Amino acid sequence: MKAFRMLKRSIRDAFKSVIRNLSLSFASVTCITITLLIVAIAIIASRNVENFTSEIEKDLTIVAFVKNEAKESDIDELKDKLDNMSNVEKYDYQTKQEVKKHMQEESEVFDTVLEGWSDEESPLKDTFQIKVKDVNKIKDTAEKIKGFENIATVKYGEGLVDKLIKAFDSVKKGTYILVIALVVVTVFLIVNTIKLTISARKREIGIMRVVGASNFSIKLPFVIEGMFLGLLGSIIPIVGMIYGYTYFYNKSGGYLYSEIVKLIQPDPFIYHSSLILLLIGVIVGMLGSLSAVRRYLKI
Amino acid sequence: MDLIRLKNITKKYKNGVTAIYDLSLAIEKGSFTFVIGGSGSGKSTLIKMLYREEKPTSGQIILGGLNVAKLRDGKVYKLRRKLGIVFQDYRLLEKQTVYENVAFALEVIGAPDSEIRPKVLRALEEVGLKNKVHEYPDKLSGGERQRVAIARAIVNNPKLLLCDEPTGNLDPELSKEVMEVLDSINKNRGTTIIMATHDRDIVNRMKKQVVTLKQGHLVSFVEEGKYNDEGI
Repeated sequence: MKAFRMLKRSIRDAFKSVIRNLSLSFASVTCITITLLIVAIAIIASRNVENFTSEIEKDLTIVAFVKNEAKESDIDELKDKLDNMSNVEKYDYQTKQEVKKHMQEESEVFDTVLEGWSDEESPLKDTFQIKVKDVNKIKDTAEKIKGFENIATVKYGEGLVDKLIKAFDSVKKGTYILVIALVVVTVFLIVNTIKLTISARKREIGIMRVVGASNFSIKLPFVIEGMFLGLLGSIIPIVGMIYGYTYFYNKSGGYLYSEIVKLIQPDPFIYHSSLILLLIGVIVGMLGSLSAVRRYLKI
Repeated sequence: MDLIRLKNITKKYKNGVTAIYDLSLAIEKGSFTFVIGGSGSGKSTLIKMLYREEKPTSGQIILGGLNVAKLRDGKVYKLRRKLGIVFQDYRLLEKQTVYENVAFALEVIGAPDSEIRPKVLRALEEVGLKNKVHEYPDKLSGGERQRVAIARAIVNNPKLLLCDEPTGNLDPELSKEVMEVLDSINKNRGTTIIMATHDRDIVNRMKKQVVTLKQGHLVSFVEEGKYNDEGI
């Protein structure tokens, strides 16, 4: 009962304090808002890059062409070998007739050109289309398959793929570092702003100590105030993120520049990210006020 | 019965200054005691040690069964709830009304709402400020402000009231007002009062116990004492 009473009073005091120290509260909230906005943009950017990277990686395929002289038993042997490879997710085998049919369906030019060739004359080969589990090891896997008997040649978009993967990897790491750095800066800014709020109320804390308030009950209103400021500060970034991203997504039709770069669907992405923003705001506000109030208490 | 017992208290500050030398003292329950002495005599240090703002370097302070000298920082609030403290500079919250200032002392220790109002009004009545409950401190005279601070100090009905130069900022007329309030609290509530002061007139007029300190040493402890200029 007493604890509940203290909590109720602490919440009331926290609200009062936000209003009484309006200019300082406004400074804290503004500071949280600005940094959370940047964090929101960083989250949107990094998650989209991540999404885009994994989409591209999913599409990466090794194409292995089988030598013309390979017999049906040789093909079975190759299938067995691929089944036993650890990095092979799945593969799709097509005979040259199937490849031809596919290509003819895809374009009229191919249709006309290929029509004239009989199976014996066809330059096409039987092919395996192989998906790998770990794209980073695609090079090794391709090399191994190339070494198999009856494999004429292997293609996986060598140089381009390697470069693409490396570039995306560094973009991903870069955005992670940016987000972490921003969170650290936010914590630092909030700690300092709440320190200001509290030092403006140093007198009040002194009186509380004199009249016998326990350390916990002294801290509580400030901690609640910090959390409340964090909550207020996250409102604009959250609203901005929900409406801004949805608007952007709809306006761009879900793609950026071209159809290769597909954006993440707003639902549920924006809600998860909003929750993250809210948590960052509240936790950071709480930690900031805790560390600030500790300075003025002999603990 | 003794409310406070000090045994061989020495206080040496970190900067090397010794404020109190080997002080032993017993203060009876319900008494009114002046602590007098010039600046640097150690009277403020003595009061601060009693509410555990400062810790003695050596010696024992027993206050209502609590060993104040050994009290951990996290437990200091338990001592503070047993006593009231009045300062020279009032220490009021300027943005809160007289009523809120007094109620603050009860709220922060988690007193139930039903108790707060009657206790606050009673304390304000005792200091003669019942008609000023809704005023803000900056509308009050120095004497009235100090009386608000006294009401805040006694609202939780402490056994001991510590006053550190409560009339230091007041002219003789207002000082008299404040001293009358303190005297009536001592008589009506039976609250033990210890007051550090250098106001000669007050000490001579009130005829209470007087502890005289000089450069950290106890010079005298007498009943119905006078302001001893030679001792200081």
